[in-house]
Amino acid sequence: MSPEPLVKLTDVNFAYNQRAVLKGINMTIPRGKVVAIMGLSGCGKTTTLRLIGGQLKATSGEVRVAGQDLGKLDNKGLYALRRRMGMLFQFGALFTDMSVYDNVAFAMREHTDLPDELIRDMVMMKLHAVGLRAAHNLMPAELSGGMARRVALARAIALDPLLIMYDEPFAGLDPISLSVIGELIRTLNDALGISSVIVTHDIQESLKIVDYVYFVSEGRIVAEGTPDDIRHSAEPYVHQFVWGEADGPVSFHYPAPAYGEQIYREAPRGR
Amino acid sequence: MGDSLITALRGLGRRVTDRVWRLGFASRFLLTTILYSGTALRRFHLTIREIYFTGVLSLIIILVSGLFVGMVLGLQGYDTLQRYGSSEALGILVALSLVRELGPVVAALLFASRAGSAITAEIGLMKATEQLSAMEMMAVHPIARVVAPRFWAGVISMPLLAALFSAMGIFGGYLVGVQLIGVDEGSFWSQMQASVDFREDIINGVIKSFVFGIIISWIAVFEGYDCEPTAEGVSGATTRTVVTSSLAILAADFFLTAIMFRGT
Amino acid sequence: MNRTTLDLWVGFFVAVGIGSLLFLALKVGNLASSSTGETYSLQAEFDNIGGLKVRAPVKSAGVVVGRVTEVRFDPESYRAVVAMSIDERYKFPRDTILTINTSGILGEQYIGFEVGGDTEMLADGQTVKKTQSAVVLEKLISQFMFNKAQEDGAKK
Repeated sequence: MSPEPLVKLTDVNFAYNQRAVLKGINMTIPRGKVVAIMGLSGCGKTTTLRLIGGQLKATSGEVRVAGQDLGKLDNKGLYALRRRMGMLFQFGALFTDMSVYDNVAFAMREHTDLPDELIRDMVMMKLHAVGLRAAHNLMPAELSGGMARRVALARAIALDPLLIMYDEPFAGLDPISLSVIGELIRTLNDALGISSVIVTHDIQESLKIVDYVYFVSEGRIVAEGTPDDIRHSAEPYVHQFVWGEADGPVSFHYPAPAYGEQIYREAPRGR
Repeated sequence: MGDSLITALRGLGRRVTDRVWRLGFASRFLLTTILYSGTALRRFHLTIREIYFTGVLSLIIILVSGLFVGMVLGLQGYDTLQRYGSSEALGILVALSLVRELGPVVAALLFASRAGSAITAEIGLMKATEQLSAMEMMAVHPIARVVAPRFWAGVISMPLLAALFSAMGIFGGYLVGVQLIGVDEGSFWSQMQASVDFREDIINGVIKSFVFGIIISWIAVFEGYDCEPTAEGVSGATTRTVVTSSLAILAADFFLTAIMFRGT
Repeated sequence: MNRTTLDLWVGFFVAVGIGSLLFLALKVGNLASSSTGETYSLQAEFDNIGGLKVRAPVKSAGVVVGRVTEVRFDPESYRAVVAMSIDERYKFPRDTILTINTSGILGEQYIGFEVGGDTEMLADGQTVKKTQSAVVLEKLISQFMFNKAQEDGAKK
């Protein structure tokens, strides 16, 4: 009898302003695993993350996190659950009016009554885990993109969460920072024995570190499997994505009338 | 022709309903802010920090403006009064103009431009850079932690700044009237004391500035919290804060004055 | 900016703000001299109160001793009833005459107490009998013109 997965989405639909964003999503995040959600921009990946975090409510279907149905939780219950989750936002989202130290200590100071010495030890420990212990006095404006993201990661693990969610952790980083973040995600996951969900469209880095991949296109899961399954998939959308082909199910041309017609029939602009 | 008229009417109707809807939304936001004010009051140092950024940093502009407004009142007031041989009434004119109207209103307009816009920009920027989302995900309610302290800081700072403005203005009027022009110092102060009533004039002025403080702080935090999370969104929200606050202050001033100073 | 400097500045700001409020209340306004002490009330009936308003001063020998609190019309006697609150420290004899005067030529109106010699003092809630109504400008002018016409008539 396998243990219940940490996160389970069953037949989840989500619509925003009458526009269906997610249709019939079924997803499982087992304990101790790193799962990636991939797809083009605007396909619904970040929405899925927000559903898991409770920032959005599913229109229909069930979202279960740590055995609790998010649809039935009240505000208090939701906030209690969030204390056991960590989230890394796309560009770090560090609090700009506080130092690195205060950022990492934020959750500890808000939710616990721990004395300052203990908080100091914990903050230094988390910063050390991401390699930035010496940067604790800096302000977020003084950090590079990669460093800011690492500090945000230290902040996300401040209270030893059960689940960490990463929103495009690889976006806009140099090659060194890319592999640093990738390694950190995997190492932390295994060291802390938690689960991680990564929303990304970076193929190289994520396939190196994840255990399972979900492919989302236009609100539906079109493919899923282990990194190997994905690499050797024959499904046209996945194939185009993994091998970075210019044309395929996702067409190169933005929808337009036939080229010949437009050239000869339409009058020229200007004059 | 009939078509474009109908379209225009429809557009107008929709804009009006949008405004009304937004006002309703803003009212619910105000209620939420007040309900979640527990943190701002229990951990008062958060509010103190915001009082520094809204109140203390507005001191210079308020004091200097108050001084100049008072000095101009002294000049203009003397010029008009001495035509009717009533130049000893200068003290009364300066004091009543400031305490009843100019102090609360001008200080509020200045506060809206300096502190109100700063609050909107700050909160808007936090929204645009996902800091508010991050706070939410760390199980800290952004309205309780970020919005409420700024709201109460504005409400507390406004009456103090208005009083400072009036006091500086009266001093400015004194400088110009008594020291510069030569109005009798004794009559300046004694006539003023005889005519400025604590309850009618001063308390009403304080009530006005208190109401203005609520209006400005409400608009500032709402526009910041509700803006589009982009650079244009934040700049648009900042402008809206200043414009909407200014109009609201002037309108509220009319209503308050009509209620308070009826038939005096 | 550390916590202590911040607290210092905010404390300074609030102190200066409250200080200016006090300055306005005491030096600019009349809080110090207005009666925050105990008062007792008196009533008086007038034929005509002219432009007398609520909160108008009550003066005796030119010094403010109280304020008008209420102005009513008595539908049975067809006279105006004025209620006043007088500073507890000052007691006036029973035969004090109340007049309605104008400060300056066109200034605002106030009630003047002209004391008599009675040994008994007015008590809280009593009504003053002896009153003199306000001078109505139109009556004064028509009286003057009437007198003038009479004079001219007598001369001829």
